[in-house]
Amino acid sequence: MKAGDLAELALRNLREAVLRSSLTTLGVAVGVASLVAWLSLGVGLQTLATKRLSNSGLFDTVIVTQKRSEQSRRRPPAEASPAVGARVLDDEAKKEFEHLPNVIEVYSQVRFPTEVRYDGAPYSTIVAGIPASAKDNGSFDEMKGKFFSGPDADEAIVQIEFARDLSPQPSSLIGKDLVVRYAERETLPVVDKPASGDANSEGSGGGFSVVPKEKKLRIVGIVETEPAAGFGGFGSGRLLIPLNVANSLRAAQVNDLRDLVRANSNKNVYPSLTVRAKSPALVAGIESTIKSMGFGTFSLLDAAKSLQTFFTIFDMLLLIFGSLALAVATLGIINTLVMAILERRREIGILKALGAADRDVKQLFFVEASVMGLLGGILGTGFGWLIGRAVTFGTNVYLKRQSLPTTDVFFVPWWLILLAIVLAVVVSLIAGLYPASRAAKLNPVEALRYE
Amino acid sequence: MSDGNGFAVCAEKVTRHYEMGAAVIRAVDDITLAIRTGEFVALLGSSGSGKSTLLNLMAGLDRPNSGAILAKGRNLSEMSSVELARYRSKTVGMVFQSFNLLPRMTLEENVELPLRLAEVDRGERGKRVAEALERVKLDKRQGHKPSEMSGGEQQRAAIARALVNRPTLLFADEPTGNLDSATGETIMRLLKEIQGNLGMTIVMVTHERPLAEKFADRIVTMADGKLVSDGAAR
Repeated sequence: MKAGDLAELALRNLREAVLRSSLTTLGVAVGVASLVAWLSLGVGLQTLATKRLSNSGLFDTVIVTQKRSEQSRRRPPAEASPAVGARVLDDEAKKEFEHLPNVIEVYSQVRFPTEVRYDGAPYSTIVAGIPASAKDNGSFDEMKGKFFSGPDADEAIVQIEFARDLSPQPSSLIGKDLVVRYAERETLPVVDKPASGDANSEGSGGGFSVVPKEKKLRIVGIVETEPAAGFGGFGSGRLLIPLNVANSLRAAQVNDLRDLVRANSNKNVYPSLTVRAKSPALVAGIESTIKSMGFGTFSLLDAAKSLQTFFTIFDMLLLIFGSLALAVATLGIINTLVMAILERRREIGILKALGAADRDVKQLFFVEASVMGLLGGILGTGFGWLIGRAVTFGTNVYLKRQSLPTTDVFFVPWWLILLAIVLAVVVSLIAGLYPASRAAKLNPVEALRYE
Repeated sequence: MSDGNGFAVCAEKVTRHYEMGAAVIRAVDDITLAIRTGEFVALLGSSGSGKSTLLNLMAGLDRPNSGAILAKGRNLSEMSSVELARYRSKTVGMVFQSFNLLPRMTLEENVELPLRLAEVDRGERGKRVAEALERVKLDKRQGHKPSEMSGGEQQRAAIARALVNRPTLLFADEPTGNLDSATGETIMRLLKEIQGNLGMTIVMVTHERPLAEKFADRIVTMADGKLVSDGAAR
């Protein structure tokens, strides 16, 4: 039989038993809805976690350090010496990284201890420089006040715990000024080298002196959570200032003593640089390029892969759980079609007497099963989406009551819609296997005798 | 004894038996019968004599346990199920005692059904359905459902459905069994007319000897699965 005729006859048969067909289709729809709801929860949570983690800079960041020899790896960092062929992590290297493809930005980590004076009282804390790009990493989404007005603004964002130290009413701090007292590193003139030609003595610096300085900053925001700009980032900073401002202060840092005893102290040498990729997927390529340039690197690529594996397993479990209802719906389809065989036994006999092959009868039942599956799949996807919206709405009402930020816990991507519909049709076809083959095998003489 | 020799269908030493527990029922027992092309044969016999079983075997609805059914130069018992379905679709037309029209379909749709199964083009179908309905004088009733028609009309519709694929063999299993005598005679006249006009071979099962003698060319009588007589009707 031609496909058009097959479809027409199948639809006619379904219309004839409209109540039973509708109930079976509804059963499939409930199964698919359960599947879509569970999977969209999994996908939603994965998207949420990935977005947060991606924004946090944990997975799109490569930390670049100067390459050290194997021997020096076992020593404390202060004693570590560069590996043979290793390059110095200076401004030149920074520029090279900036020009690498798929690199968004390159910045150094600036973090130093300080004494803050506010309202006449001293407070010890750590200052951390923040790149302008940190504004969009999600850490400052729920902050009170606003982000820095510019990359060179003399402004500060205070972490809530430190803000509570400064004032019992932290929000009142916004707009107020504080003074940061820090140790500025003042480089001393370079001492002439001896003419020994020793490569290691090239550029021996004259050291630096440490001068106490002060900087007035205006508090523009208070951040609830401790922001993280990746591992080794400004996570432990309690007073956050623009990175450019932090760099301009030339504050003495913990690495300075090590740099002093090393070569090239007349150059600006970074202990480490943070290189941000356009996406976590590009981190591996950038990391290997930087390694080949003679630097040491570190990224959380493996951790990202583990996270992906975790969510894949999580989604699979949800898929199995969600499929239980679909399995029950499958039994409904089998039942409906077996009933249809009993009711249409004589009709099958007539069709065979008029020239229908076993294949035609089988296909007729398959089309009926797949139509129920297709309609159930479409309907179920819609139901699943509605369940997702309803649960998201309920969750957000609860989160709002708890003064927590709202979020989309359900996410129905296009591939899930397609998967659900295709799965519903495939499952229906599998469910139709037994009834279809039973109908096709009916003996026409016996079927015609059936009353 | 096949098509090439002027025979439409032949049964050669055909046996069909059924097992009912320990008992074996020989519905058709070693029968040899040749039906000539264009012949109108009536199969007579009492209930359970095996005439319907023989008809079903010759129509390709059933397979014999032994022997051969030859039609169009081929042995039906050696055909695959697909080939047998094609034989039923293209070569054979079937008419039943209880009409066997699909109740939810209109007359037109019922008659069109064999054309759908034979994958005839949609455009051609309308023409053939109209032609078949006109032959049985039901062309004004094509939109009606079987429940809206009398028994005689339903049997005429069933004949139209059997003719629509232009078969060469028409098998009728007690076509007048559910009709009154006047209507039964009308149906028999119609079958005779079809045989004359289209040159079709008709094999009809009946237990109404007067009708068989009046319209058939040849009467074959069966009892207990065996042929007991075979001769001209008049």
